[in-house]
Amino acid sequence: MTSATDRIAITPEEHASMTTTTETAPAAPAPPAAPDPDEQRRIRLGGVDAGTVRTNLGAAAGSLALTWVLYERVLPFSGAFGFLIFWYLLFLALSWAISRLQWDVRTVRERLVQSLVAGSGLLVVALILDQIGYVAFRGAHAASHSNFFTQDMRHTATLSPITSGGALHAVVGSLEQLGLATLFAVPLGIAAAVFMSEIGGRLARPVRTVVEAMTALPSIVAGLFILGVWILTLGNQKSGFAASLALTVMMMPIVTRAAEVVIRLVPGTLREASYALGGSQWRTVLSVVLPTARPGLVTAVVLGMARGVGETSPVLLTSGFTSQMNADPFAEHQVSLPLYIWNYVRYPSTDMVARAFAAALTLMVIVLVLFVTARLVGGRRPGELSRRQRRLVARDLAESFTHPSDGTS
Amino acid sequence: MTDNPGVDTPAQQPVPVGVGYRANAGGPDSDAVETLALPVAAGPSPAARPALRSELREPDAPAQLFGLRTRDVSAWFGDHKVLERVSLTMPAGQVTALIGPSGCGKSTYLRILNRMHEMVRSACLAGAVLLDGEDVYAPGRRPADVRRRIGMVFQRPNPFPGMSIYDNVASGLKLAGIKVRKDQRDHLVESSLVSAGLWTEVRNRLRTPGGALSGGQQQRLCIARSLAVSPDVLLMDEPCSALDPTSTRRVEETIAELRGRLTIVIVTHNMQQAQRVSQSCAFFLATHDTPGRIVEAGDTAQLFGNPVDPRTADYVNGRFG
Repeated sequence: MTSATDRIAITPEEHASMTTTTETAPAAPAPPAAPDPDEQRRIRLGGVDAGTVRTNLGAAAGSLALTWVLYERVLPFSGAFGFLIFWYLLFLALSWAISRLQWDVRTVRERLVQSLVAGSGLLVVALILDQIGYVAFRGAHAASHSNFFTQDMRHTATLSPITSGGALHAVVGSLEQLGLATLFAVPLGIAAAVFMSEIGGRLARPVRTVVEAMTALPSIVAGLFILGVWILTLGNQKSGFAASLALTVMMMPIVTRAAEVVIRLVPGTLREASYALGGSQWRTVLSVVLPTARPGLVTAVVLGMARGVGETSPVLLTSGFTSQMNADPFAEHQVSLPLYIWNYVRYPSTDMVARAFAAALTLMVIVLVLFVTARLVGGRRPGELSRRQRRLVARDLAESFTHPSDGTS
Repeated sequence: MTDNPGVDTPAQQPVPVGVGYRANAGGPDSDAVETLALPVAAGPSPAARPALRSELREPDAPAQLFGLRTRDVSAWFGDHKVLERVSLTMPAGQVTALIGPSGCGKSTYLRILNRMHEMVRSACLAGAVLLDGEDVYAPGRRPADVRRRIGMVFQRPNPFPGMSIYDNVASGLKLAGIKVRKDQRDHLVESSLVSAGLWTEVRNRLRTPGGALSGGQQQRLCIARSLAVSPDVLLMDEPCSALDPTSTRRVEETIAELRGRLTIVIVTHNMQQAQRVSQSCAFFLATHDTPGRIVEAGDTAQLFGNPVDPRTADYVNGRFG
């Protein structure tokens, strides 16, 4: 809730500075042209007015003081979390009371809802920041030593110092398993989405139902499925490849559903245009529908990958555990980051727990890198230009001005 | 895709073509053959020409014009009949306008001509659509091949948003699976854009996205895109209804330029536009419980100046509809 008050506290200054700039603007020496005597004073539209700011500030301060007195001195509670909740509730009540003194019920209700919604939004952001911050805080000790990213756990025992051992083998395993799973899940998922949205027919419905059911599939079941079929029945070893199969089972429905949604958003007029040019159905899908849906498809793929990279239970049953580097996903056990975390966070040694948290931090960084890369690679809306294309266009335009086109051709 | 109920139902016998229509069944029009410096023009000879073309025409070859004729076309959406035995000849190299109030089946009729009708589920039809004397609904004829010969421009401009102007124009080649050399393609893109009256405006920014153009330019881009696969017939479904008057004029100029180089069928709600751009005209009408049919068809000047049917007279003079 502090951030809410911070935000509001800034606004009156902004407000004041903005008003002054508008007033002093004509007098400023900046515009070289003759000052326009008929310059009209602009009315500020929207934004927050001083009354709201004062009310919110007053309510925040009053409720903070009251909370401190009640919560810390009078009532038999303590703790930061309860303090914040208590403060927020009191803030709502106080701001209702203060507003009610100035405005009618309808306005007050409107403002109260605004406060509630803003509070919820801030709560979500605060939770995420808290989560990331906590992991970073706990993991910083291990992650600050470069050996964490260059070594495996081969020579590291429970009480080894933090300067030995690392998660390189888990990073390699995670990336390989994720890469393989993406390789399987994305073509399958997009093909299934194309089938449901473009071909359709009677079979599309059951397929959609199954896909939707699969998104809610408990991840341990995906692990059990691969364990039962690939490892126990077919007699293969536990390996990174088996883990990637289990991840595929988890990722495919997510990719399929997200891809179907974005493919459905492609306007039907584009398909019609393609058919009217003599395009066959698969040509239309390949050259018109999928390229138009590309940014959405990238999002679908990233959603699937983000889901897959953090899955623990399918990997737990299928990849086996090892403390050594194994770059070959097709033979021998291969560890991945979630499994690494799961394994070492249960150790009593603080250094081991720190290593697990550093691995969690690494996992989050990988997800972040995935998102950013995806945005950069395929995130442009159709028709939007890359920076290079924009440069080319600008050059063409400049040329057309310097050498005016010789007109009719 | 829904299946069509047989192309020729025995119940429907051919009736005399059109009502009050001159018997011009698709021969090249005398005043149309002169402007044939086609950038995207015709094949070897009409006789040697295969029914399903796979080759583009040689540039600057003499144009071969093809008329379009329908015989007793009826259409349904599910159980709802929307067209009743429409027979009409659209003469080669001319502009034919289809007019009539909303919901009278003009657009459905237009979409029947290049087999876009069957894209709608539950749609079916009867009768025959003859391009150069051959039924486009003949068994074994692929819709994609028909649509390549009979192009279409839609009501709302729909350039492919992910493609540049150049790629938009060349997209038909890719979609129809036509392989051309790079220089040929460049030439084709240029000539199509010239034909659509857009070349001078976009020649310096062929690599910019087509979606960045204005509405009128987008529509001309769509026309250029249709022309790039060198169709014999171009169907236009209210091409100007989403455009401002200036853009409308440009599109109409484009239509006038194209006249004589290919057969054009245009659906329009704008009576003045029909008069300005078309040489022949058909008036469709549907009432509450009867499907759409042609009330009167014929020479545009005659249909507007001296209509035979009183309903036509009422409509073209703006008394209803």
